[in-house]
Amino acid sequence: MAEVDESTKPLFAGLSDVSISEDIPVEGEISVPVDSPTQDDEYSTLDEPVKETILRDLKAVGKKFVHVLYPKKSTALLRDWDLWGPLLLCVTLALMLQRSSTDSKEDGGPQFAEVFVLIWFGSVVITLNSKLLGGTISFFQSLCVLGYCILPLTVAMIICRLVLLGSEGIVSFIIRFIVVIVSFGWSTFASTAFLADSQPPNRKALVVYPIFLFYFVISWMILTFAPSSSSSTKTVGH
Amino acid sequence: MTARKMASPHDFSFQEFEEAAELLSANPDASTHSTARLENVNVGMNMEDDEDAQEETEMLTRQKKNFKFWSFEYYQSFFNIDTFQVLDRIKGSVLPLPGRSFVKHHLRNNPDLYGPFWICATLALIMAISGNVSTFLNESGDSNYHYSPQFHKVTVACVIIYCYAWLVPLGLWGFLQWRTNQSRSLSNYSFLETVSTYGYSLFIYIPAAVLCVIPEGWVHWLIFLLATVVSGSVLIFTFWPILSDDTRVAALSTMVAIIVLHLLLAVCCKFYFFPITQQPLPLTTTAASLVNVTASAPKAHAV
Repeated sequence: MAEVDESTKPLFAGLSDVSISEDIPVEGEISVPVDSPTQDDEYSTLDEPVKETILRDLKAVGKKFVHVLYPKKSTALLRDWDLWGPLLLCVTLALMLQRSSTDSKEDGGPQFAEVFVLIWFGSVVITLNSKLLGGTISFFQSLCVLGYCILPLTVAMIICRLVLLGSEGIVSFIIRFIVVIVSFGWSTFASTAFLADSQPPNRKALVVYPIFLFYFVISWMILTFAPSSSSSTKTVGH
Repeated sequence: MTARKMASPHDFSFQEFEEAAELLSANPDASTHSTARLENVNVGMNMEDDEDAQEETEMLTRQKKNFKFWSFEYYQSFFNIDTFQVLDRIKGSVLPLPGRSFVKHHLRNNPDLYGPFWICATLALIMAISGNVSTFLNESGDSNYHYSPQFHKVTVACVIIYCYAWLVPLGLWGFLQWRTNQSRSLSNYSFLETVSTYGYSLFIYIPAAVLCVIPEGWVHWLIFLLATVVSGSVLIFTFWPILSDDTRVAALSTMVAIIVLHLLLAVCCKFYFFPITQQPLPLTTTAASLVNVTASAPKAHAV
């Protein structure tokens, strides 16, 4: 211990003699830059125009939509997760599914809040389930995937609403049924393609089943969406 | 070595326990069964399988309880289950055999929460959906009927099913725990095993609810009766072995309470989710015609 003190003492002693003057080359800038950051400072996104920021995020969201529509086992959806897309899809779906104010209070479809809570709470529960069963995916990555895979169902909802504008009979029901079934299968397949790899192999079915149930419930809500008719007569079942 | 062989059986069994415990502490994930067996190959006295398995499971459950309840691993230990195990348990709940306790034969000291949780969720959803479809098929001939998804029934179904499947086992376990403390001859299942049994016993109601889409009153009653018999017998065969150690009166009354609660659940669900409006009886014909008249009057106004 004494040796260390002796060897360091001369170093420290010598340092006090050094003075920074012009003839000693000192590296780096010690003067504070006064003017605004130049073009070299490309990592700061604080000063870019707002349009650029929004477009960049929208492009990321759009790219992920394309990944969902053509699901391959790519990790792009998992790597740069974001929750903007799920929020957008969830709000759109909930807005379209909510019952109108002329419907009776008791019966009828779900409210906006009910759909919203169902989607987010359902996603959280499924993510917790997969983590408890030993999955290696992170919490927000899983939320991101589950939210993005609602896209086919949102498209189906839009199609159903358009079909319902036309007619309300048995033909429209068959068309809506086929559209909802196809999009339900698409959603489940897409989310399984992204999430299945992160699970232990002998528990894959245990993880896929809640996802299946989740999209089944959303499909059911889309299929049974009935626009309120003008004659709000007594509805059955109180 | 020869000196040890001359030792009494009790000393020898204690020896095995110590060695296995040491091995377990060295490598917590290893199963103690095979290594313990290898050490005592030439025992000569046929070690009962039950005792061996019991020690192994005691050590494993002790290992489970070592996690703190605020750590994630504690809850992960309740989901330590594979697909084929879940399927095997579901099969056991659908085909109850007398003498085969669900806890002993299927749970085998590894109760899980995956089955109860997702079976309850599926059951609540299927009952609400199936009830909705059944009502629609029943009333579609009625011109006054306007289809509605009845989404609030899903919430009600969730509350009923989850309360039944989690609070009733809690009450039963608490009651049995109290009886166990009173008399020494009783033993009790753990709370998780009770919840698991109740959760898996509800599985038979899922296909029953799907079949109840058929909008006939007698079909509903028949299906619900069959499902209650199957589900109730799972509970009976599981709980009777530990109840029978108690006094006759207490055992019978507890069993009756279990069955009555189960029946109550089935009947309430039947009435709430699958209401079948009967053909109007002569007493109510005038009331029905009054309703029709008053209903059509505002319709005429609206048009």
